[in-house]
Amino acid sequence: MLYEQELKTFVEGTTNFFEVAAQQPATIGSPYLMEGSPSVHEYTGVINISGKREGVVYFTAPKAMLTVLLMKMQENDFSHETMRDLVGEVANTISGNARRDFGRDFVISVPNVLSGEKPEFPQKPGQRSFIIPINWRSHSAKLVVSLT
Amino acid sequence: MNGKGRRTYKLMIVDDSNIMRRRIERSQQFEELQLVGTAGNGLEALELFRKTDPDVVTMDLTMPRMDGIECIGKLVALKPAVRILVISALADKATAVEAMEKGANGFLNKPFTDRQLNEAIAELMR
Repeated sequence: MLYEQELKTFVEGTTNFFEVAAQQPATIGSPYLMEGSPSVHEYTGVINISGKREGVVYFTAPKAMLTVLLMKMQENDFSHETMRDLVGEVANTISGNARRDFGRDFVISVPNVLSGEKPEFPQKPGQRSFIIPINWRSHSAKLVVSLT
Repeated sequence: MNGKGRRTYKLMIVDDSNIMRRRIERSQQFEELQLVGTAGNGLEALELFRKTDPDVVTMDLTMPRMDGIECIGKLVALKPAVRILVISALADKATAVEAMEKGANGFLNKPFTDRQLNEAIAELMR
């Protein structure tokens, strides 16, 4: 379960990523809770969390959004591999930044990237995830935080 | 020495993201830095370091096979004078302190602007 302040950490991390890396702020929608695995876009970067908290943090986005994000980052390689690299790097950056508040016992894995497939995570019955909606330019993505 | 009579420094970039490696290479603005290679994890970095003997290294921390903290210790053991700038998303103070204790000379959090990157490199080379 996440506390309000912890949720704020992820919202701020997401806001900061788009402001700095994409040089254009994103609009963060109202976070909401849901049971089970939420739907995902074409590319998903998954970070496994261990240590004092356990669970996953993942960033999922459509190819169209990642393409524009790469352009804003002055990349000129828009291959499938680069899309996978980017979605993993976004998930890694937001999760790593969360250690500013969670501390070093919030241990993050290297990114595991899924493209196309729906991520399947072993979830305890009743386990809920916070969904943080991200709107950037005309595109929508999500940050999903599921921690115990 | 470069064409202007300045000393050149050999640069190695270590990050498991190709995008980040290209970004650092593209954004750094120091004529005296000459890129000698890039590596995607600590083991590759060690191998490349032995072959190319860099003076300046940018080092990610969260990487497969060998992480950045372990790699910093090994690079400093090989060449105590190497200057290492950690560029990582890990934003807790304890990690920054540990990296510095292992021998890093600077720490820059991701995400970063070009200006922040160049200021951090300038500080490293001072």
